[in-house]
Amino acid sequence: MTTVLVSIELTPSGDVRPGLADLVAHARSIGSPVGVVTVAPGDSASVTERLGAFGLAEVLVAESAAVGAADAEPRVRALVAAAAARNPTAVLIANTVRGRDVAARVAVRLDAGLLLDIVGLHAEGKRVVGEHSVFGGAYLTASTAGDRMTVATVREGSTGEQPSPVTASASALEIDDTTVPTAVITEATEHARRSERPELRTAERVVSGGRAVGSAEGFELVERLADALGAAVGASRAAVDAGYISQDHQVGQTGVSVSPELYIALGISGAIQHRAGMQTAKTIVAVNKDETAPIFEIADFGVVGDIFTVVPALIAEVEARR
Amino acid sequence: MKIITLVKQVPDTWSERRLDPETGRVDRAVSEAVIDEISERAIEAALALKDADKSTTVTLLTMGPAGALDALRKGLSMGADDAVHIRDDALQGADVTITSRVIAAALLRRPWDLVIAGNESTDGRGGVLPAMLAERLGVASATGLDSFELTGGAAGGDLVGRRSADGVDEVLRLGFPSVVSITERMPDARFPNFRGILGAKKKPVEVLTAADLGLTDLHPAVSVVSVAERPPRQAGTRIIDDGSAAAALADFFASRRLI
Repeated sequence: MTTVLVSIELTPSGDVRPGLADLVAHARSIGSPVGVVTVAPGDSASVTERLGAFGLAEVLVAESAAVGAADAEPRVRALVAAAAARNPTAVLIANTVRGRDVAARVAVRLDAGLLLDIVGLHAEGKRVVGEHSVFGGAYLTASTAGDRMTVATVREGSTGEQPSPVTASASALEIDDTTVPTAVITEATEHARRSERPELRTAERVVSGGRAVGSAEGFELVERLADALGAAVGASRAAVDAGYISQDHQVGQTGVSVSPELYIALGISGAIQHRAGMQTAKTIVAVNKDETAPIFEIADFGVVGDIFTVVPALIAEVEARR
Repeated sequence: MKIITLVKQVPDTWSERRLDPETGRVDRAVSEAVIDEISERAIEAALALKDADKSTTVTLLTMGPAGALDALRKGLSMGADDAVHIRDDALQGADVTITSRVIAAALLRRPWDLVIAGNESTDGRGGVLPAMLAERLGVASATGLDSFELTGGAAGGDLVGRRSADGVDEVLRLGFPSVVSITERMPDARFPNFRGILGAKKKPVEVLTAADLGLTDLHPAVSVVSVAERPPRQAGTRIIDDGSAAAALADFFASRRLI
């Protein structure tokens, strides 16, 4: 079985990003996953324990005083050292802003082929082939780095698989502390989010609001429906630009691409840039006052109506049928 | 301070965009080519520094076909000083490995303090080029910045940027030379004025080929294996709310086992 390195992205407070489940699932489709994580000195044991929950039986842990202070570089060095030690066929990294920085530098340092934003991975003979969803899912393409080592960024939420927990065992990974120019993180704050609400990228259900929501207060309606359905909260760029909700909820061309079981668009017209971020959802529902809104062209179920009438009634129906 | 801003011409996101079914490359013939909105914001960020310190120079750099000159002219008309156009048929369909090698080679030809790029183009959406360039050039990078400022002037000063991504707000500090990428949270681009548009035609644009950059062994690291177009989604049921829409929606959810 060939080795696939899986890079673990931790939040400043040490939480594992839920998208790790997707990385592990993709790694399994071509080999056996080995986690690589960098932590502050002394934190090895606590992180290893939590990684077993993601189905990682083996983890290489590098301790570095630079973790949390130097941007990207500790993770880059750990992956380069792990690649030298284990000769993997592929290195998988989450397609997050930080993950892409790590992938970019690792690919150059290892002279590897870089596959971006993969939603699938398979082996064809000795080649590793990545699958990509392009232009909002209008195309599915496949690409390969051929004989080279593959470094791939993985779209979080692309498998929807739940990992089977195992007991993780850790081995220490030595990384050197040579100084190369790097950005220094002087402050890091995690966004406060309601713990019971799923994370947007990996959510199975998403309820999004658009310009027609009208105000930040109005967005509470979107959130209430989301909570009634156990969904994450999304938004169109128009709603974000209007200041109704923070930018990390933005779905679309320049925001997050989601592919949930259910996507509900409330007061979103469905401009081509928004559709690019959600049109691969399995089921799409739209509520909009404007019957000519393009969102209806791709909705499995569309309601022409006022979100302020339909949504409260829908919440009541959903709660009554529970 | 010498700034180089990376510019990309892309298919308009307001039009239908297609891939060439044979090569998997973006079909540039079917949609109107425009300067990427994020490139315009990157130019704006550079020009804002030039507004604050007149000794700052802003050079635009693009790699693209002959038509990409339009994108450079747009940026020059906004107020950039000059431009570099890497134009070579051999670079058609270049992957990020080739693109980063070529642009890094072009950046090594002239002195600069800061490279500003967009965080990701609207066609490729890879978002890796700025960090790949920084890695090839051996300099620091900070990507996905929503805002940044210079502290203490160019000599010995730092760049301090803020980013908010994937649920974390960060403040990043880095020295020069360095590479940064910016997001659409940065200010909108200024409109070129009439004088700017006239002046842009006289501003120098250096045209370079891969051979001019000493690069002759350009092989893509990644090749496209297959391209499949997904059938477009079909519209399903649509009802007009007469007071019963909520119940109908709940029935629909139930029929798909969503509640």
